[in-house]
Amino acid sequence: MVSDAPIRFRLNGVPVAVPCEDARVLLDVLREDLQLTGTKRGCDLGTCGCCTVLVDGRPTLSCLTLGRFAEGRDVTTIEGIGPASALSALQQAFVAHGATQCGFCTPGFVMTATALLTEHPHPSRAEIERAISGNLCRCTGYRKIVEAIQAAADGTA
Amino acid sequence: MAAESPPGYRLLGGRIPYVEGPLKVAGRAEYTDDIRRSGQLVGKVLRSVWPHARLRSIDTRAAAAEPGVFAVLTGDRYPTPFGVLPITRDETALAVDKTRYIGDIVAAVAAVDERTAERALAKIRVDVEPLPEYADPATGLTRVEEPIHARGLNGSNIQKEVVQHFGDVDAAFARAAHTVRVRATYAGVTHAFTEPLVTIADATPDGRLTVWSATQVPHYLHRALSEVLGIPMHRIRVIKPEVGGGFGGKSDPLPHEIVCAALSIAAGRPVKMLLDREDVFYTNHGRHPTKNDVRIAADADGQLLAYDIDTVIDGGAWSSFGTVTTYYNGVLAMGPYRVPNFRYRGRRVYTTKPPSGAMRAHGGTNIRYSVEVGLDQLAEQLHVDPFDLRVANALPPNSKTVNEFLITSTSFVKCLSAVRAASDWDRKFRRLPYGEGVGLGCGFYISGSNSPIHFTPKMPQSTVHLKADMDGGIAVHSMQADIGQGSNTLLAAIVAEVLGVDLDRVHVQGVDTDVSPVDLGSYSSRVTFMMGNAARAAAEQLRAQVVHGAAQLLGVPDDAVEVAHERLRVRSEPARGVAFLEALHRAMEPVGALVATGSYQTSPRGGSFKGARAGTAPAYSFSAYVAQTTVDVETGEIAVGKIWAAFDCGRALNRLAVEGQIEGSIHMGLGQLLGESMNYRASRLLNPSLLEYKVLAPQQMPDVEVLLVGDDDPEGPFGAKEAGEGPLVATLPAVGNALYDAIGCRFTDLPITPEKVVRALDQRRQEGRPWKGR
Repeated sequence: MVSDAPIRFRLNGVPVAVPCEDARVLLDVLREDLQLTGTKRGCDLGTCGCCTVLVDGRPTLSCLTLGRFAEGRDVTTIEGIGPASALSALQQAFVAHGATQCGFCTPGFVMTATALLTEHPHPSRAEIERAISGNLCRCTGYRKIVEAIQAAADGTA
Repeated sequence: MAAESPPGYRLLGGRIPYVEGPLKVAGRAEYTDDIRRSGQLVGKVLRSVWPHARLRSIDTRAAAAEPGVFAVLTGDRYPTPFGVLPITRDETALAVDKTRYIGDIVAAVAAVDERTAERALAKIRVDVEPLPEYADPATGLTRVEEPIHARGLNGSNIQKEVVQHFGDVDAAFARAAHTVRVRATYAGVTHAFTEPLVTIADATPDGRLTVWSATQVPHYLHRALSEVLGIPMHRIRVIKPEVGGGFGGKSDPLPHEIVCAALSIAAGRPVKMLLDREDVFYTNHGRHPTKNDVRIAADADGQLLAYDIDTVIDGGAWSSFGTVTTYYNGVLAMGPYRVPNFRYRGRRVYTTKPPSGAMRAHGGTNIRYSVEVGLDQLAEQLHVDPFDLRVANALPPNSKTVNEFLITSTSFVKCLSAVRAASDWDRKFRRLPYGEGVGLGCGFYISGSNSPIHFTPKMPQSTVHLKADMDGGIAVHSMQADIGQGSNTLLAAIVAEVLGVDLDRVHVQGVDTDVSPVDLGSYSSRVTFMMGNAARAAAEQLRAQVVHGAAQLLGVPDDAVEVAHERLRVRSEPARGVAFLEALHRAMEPVGALVATGSYQTSPRGGSFKGARAGTAPAYSFSAYVAQTTVDVETGEIAVGKIWAAFDCGRALNRLAVEGQIEGSIHMGLGQLLGESMNYRASRLLNPSLLEYKVLAPQQMPDVEVLLVGDDDPEGPFGAKEAGEGPLVATLPAVGNALYDAIGCRFTDLPITPEKVVRALDQRRQEGRPWKGR
């Protein structure tokens, strides 16, 4: 029995209701149905982290998460980070430290790091590296990403 | 925003954050898959499950009858071959007559949604006659039963054979006091960019075709679309949105791009084709699996006498850049040393595997490892320090290699001095405890290619257009293709530097062949050098017009005016001046918006012998890296603790971006050295996913200390040379040689997995060869 009854959840602070088939993944709901394209599709297999969003504050691979899982929960995407038309301190640190190159992985890293800094406002380098180890970046060698997260945590961005 | 600019430049030489950074961190940068055209269909392809097979028939009737299917395509419709090199066009958009690897495109559909497209593909019936599989290039070196391509050399599967001999190698070896030999095997590796391959095509009733694609070289795509589809280039418009990494993997025109356009033509609707990750692995075009055999001869004083190199390269199913690859695997062994005698045989062999192509430091990576490991062995034989051996053999500035590469600027010896001091080499080499070691690896790389891949070689390699209008903004158009390396930022900074204006006045426009002048795009480390020179020329032309406006307002001759920050002033009276905007408006009075154009064409270089163009560049980068490495002698695990990276890119114009290129290159080089591998069972790729193809995790990345010591290059823009690919090559041998210092084992079979380390340690113990007393 396939259902496409709407799912209801808070998306970037705003309540939404979206029709969703049982087998539809959250990434498709966000990118295709809601046209929030900041969340990237890199592999569809949970191996690259580009599709990371926050579900109830936890970094979540939206390509491996059914849309129905969002029912009643708080979903934050890259579009919901920072004040309107401005950047969060973490995002500013990514810019200042050159932590973006091609930028395709960047939204996923920002989501993961946002969750990390909420939970551990002053992480060690090892904690940062562990936290981002599910996000693949092929451009930077991770050094400038780690520096940016550290700088945001230290308030020195 | 920029800081630390050296005297003389306001922006250049500082740390300039990427201009598109704010869009990227906010998820607002637009990549191809973020674009949606109204009425857009989904394109999907059917791939060959046979390594090599003759196509007897393809029955697409049931697929075409499927509701929601708008077009079905097979290879007979567009049989015109294409290829990135005009001399080796052997690829087709879809298989024609036969398939050549598991993953070759056999048929394609455009349908209303993905599910419908997949249902239709499942109904296509393909009848084939299996043909012999050639997975190992060694089986293709002589005449074969069924050559993969008719153009194989003398009925074999050899795609390209290069034989070069300069000087007298046999005589050099005969008189050599020392010789070393390295026979090494390299697994194929792939780019693993994060953004999958994706294309949107929209064929419209006005007879035009618009294509958005994740490409590094919009111009080559433009050309290939025209050739294969039979549409003149002026009726095709190629747009490059943001590209999520390329590293060479998006530099060939790729079959799916042409198939997507063909589907749109057939369907009369826009079509998007997004390849899934597995298809990206099958498309490959990564670094070639390679076997090389390198012999090095030196005299009793440690002066290099000769290189003798034989290489067999596994090309996979198509030519791609392979002819260049075949040359590069020899000629890029030449620098950064003086080698008076040189012999090379290189053979690139077609196999029934996914095609290999260009990947970061294309053709210069594997041979570099073999040569640098050989030099480490040679230094040991000679009882000299590896640094001293290299200093004694360094090519000086304004010299020529034996194959006539002109080395204008080189700060290689400065790289060596800087990295020796920074790494505290003299206190560490052969003195660290067992299991710990340091190693030196060096390199050089082309800063663009003197001879472009171009249909009309007399045209410039790069052209930049500027428009300044009454808003005081400067729009920049160029087909240089920023794929994340920061070339848009550099383009804006060069224009702002020359005009004396703030960076936010300069807007680099997206790549769109309808409006952007041709530039050959992001490959062969050409962009900074070539686009930079073109941008400088264009900005100087615009500056002359604005200076003229200022001169009129100030009542002085043009040559009495100089550019200051956002201002033009009288050189002899700096207090007398006008704002940039005032001068611009005055200059616009007779003509309206100001426009300017600048271009760059390489000056003639290189020898006249066959193959002389390969590796001939307007400038070369140089590098010397030291790696400090720890080996767990129980588990064989390797931890690279730190890399000191001394690099000569001439003047570093954006230090933030140069560091980023070096750190990223080190990550990619270490990946190839320590774990990345395209694994095959015969022709079948076993690990086409990012789960099984292991890219290094953040915890495996060493500390990196970047030492930028380059002197200005005479021809580079503001003295700059490349920093995009050269930074990769020294990484592998620096670590390889550090492993020897750590545990006394040489590794010549890449990647160096823990299993191989344990096996090597066991063998050394069995042979009773102690190292550092163990």
